[in-house]
Amino acid sequence: MMRLRCSVFAVWILALASTPLWGDNYIVHLAITIAMYSTLAISWNFIGGFAGYPSFATSAFFGLGCYVGALTQRAGLPVSAAWLCATAGVGIFAGLFGLIILRLRGHYFAIASFGLVEVLRLVISSSDSLTGGGDGLNVPLFHGGPDFVARIFLAVMVGIMVIAFAVSILVDRSRLGFGLRCIEQNEDAADMVGIDTTRYKIVAFVLSAMFCGTVGGAYASWTGYIDPTDAFDAIMTIKTPVMCMLGGVGTVLGPVAGSASFLLLEEFFWSHFLAYNRAILGAVIVIIIFFLPGGLLGIADGKGPRASFRRSLGRWLKGGPVAVP
Amino acid sequence: MTAIIELNGVSKSFGGIRALRDVSFTIDQGEIVGLIGPNGAGKTTLVNVMTGVTGATAGQVIFCGANVTAQRPYQAARRGIARTFQVVQPFPRMTVLENVMAGALFGGADREVNVRRAADIAREQLEFTELAALADKPAGSLTIAGRKRLELAKSLAMQPKLLMLDEVNAGLNSTEIDRALALVRKISERGVTILLIEHLMKVILSLAQRVLVLHQGELVAQGDPVAMVNDRRVIEAYLGEKFARRYQEGATGA
Repeated sequence: MMRLRCSVFAVWILALASTPLWGDNYIVHLAITIAMYSTLAISWNFIGGFAGYPSFATSAFFGLGCYVGALTQRAGLPVSAAWLCATAGVGIFAGLFGLIILRLRGHYFAIASFGLVEVLRLVISSSDSLTGGGDGLNVPLFHGGPDFVARIFLAVMVGIMVIAFAVSILVDRSRLGFGLRCIEQNEDAADMVGIDTTRYKIVAFVLSAMFCGTVGGAYASWTGYIDPTDAFDAIMTIKTPVMCMLGGVGTVLGPVAGSASFLLLEEFFWSHFLAYNRAILGAVIVIIIFFLPGGLLGIADGKGPRASFRRSLGRWLKGGPVAVP
Repeated sequence: MTAIIELNGVSKSFGGIRALRDVSFTIDQGEIVGLIGPNGAGKTTLVNVMTGVTGATAGQVIFCGANVTAQRPYQAARRGIARTFQVVQPFPRMTVLENVMAGALFGGADREVNVRRAADIAREQLEFTELAALADKPAGSLTIAGRKRLELAKSLAMQPKLLMLDEVNAGLNSTEIDRALALVRKISERGVTILLIEHLMKVILSLAQRVLVLHQGELVAQGDPVAMVNDRRVIEAYLGEKFARRYQEGATGA
């Protein structure tokens, strides 16, 4: 099973990485976006999937990564060092913030994590002297033509995605992953069998933040310009968990499948139904999550989409809860 | 015999309610001790204080010579204090085997247990608690009796020195109780010290070597099980003064 998942992932990575050979710049740009969102979704899965803590802090970590990357680069650090700073800085920030916020559970945690996005956006907007405030920041551009730069950033984003995926597999098979799944199912019982729940949750939160920071740093270098509304995007912070739900929460491959299918659907509806694309996309996602609580990967689990769909529909007609995994 | 756990003047208040008042006792290595008392006497609060779920307002808990009054539940688990819950606490969407593995992986003093070793330990405990046939079923699908056994298997996988069984027989029928009794005896034979919290006198009388009686947060009596069951203070605690008198008059009259 694990070998199958890894081969599926490897084929997908090859498909993304080879886009410059067979696609135009639009396709390459799409591949970069998919790799970027896949990393965000894989990251979210550490805290939201394994540990079951519904985090909406993705944009906070991504945005902070953008600014740490941009500022360190402007201060004269080489690009790769700036990205490492973004990774480490965001990781440390998440650790400290996690100490406070991880005492909250369920909806309270979700609201507090969402609040973080807004607070950081406002703080960065109002710190004009350091961050340029609402005017944003220019980041040193890469030399070379658009094709060359796109290839560089495709390689970078796919590389980060592979690393995040590898870490996710390691966690899934380790004591850490086992402990996080126990926390997800019954935190008090997890405490009782000897799991240091606070420490485990903080580690998961830091893991969920680090790669968002790296991706943020890389994104800032890619676009060459960042501003607070772009970096701390409320839509991104909601898209990421939706992608995981679409693919299969708490599974290794789910976030990858979810982000890819989400973005491909988004592009498809965008190009075919310009006026109503958001409405159609929203409806399709609600239907999929409503009737396939295990996500798209739930189909591959052998029970079959039809059986799962029929069960959910039956429950819905009876007025009961639908999304029972 | 050496004491494994010792409570010195433990009190616990919830606001104005004094759930435990100045409770002191010791349990020796290898003993089976019963803890009885009417509903609301503070039995579960006592276990919660001993496992670090709630802190004591006053007093000390000494486990194996160390003061563990301020410990957190996970630390208690790693020291070798395991408990089962009155209301069972499984990981519902994990398999029975995985539930027990959690105990082996994280509980107990042995920090070297990896995932594969944990699976081996878990299988042994499932064999021991006669749950092996259900190893791959989700824990949420078990019957109440099965879930109580699972709690036991999970606690045993933690390789505890002290095992506290909180109403492990509540909600079971008499055949199931007999099986549970045999199981507790087998666990005791392995050298595990057991604190048995029970309402069923049958269980207390057939297993416990000594009984502690808790009433309104106070330890009102302790001693031999048969003597305790006939002790006036104990009968009063359960029936109230008036009915206790009638009950004893009836007993002497007949």
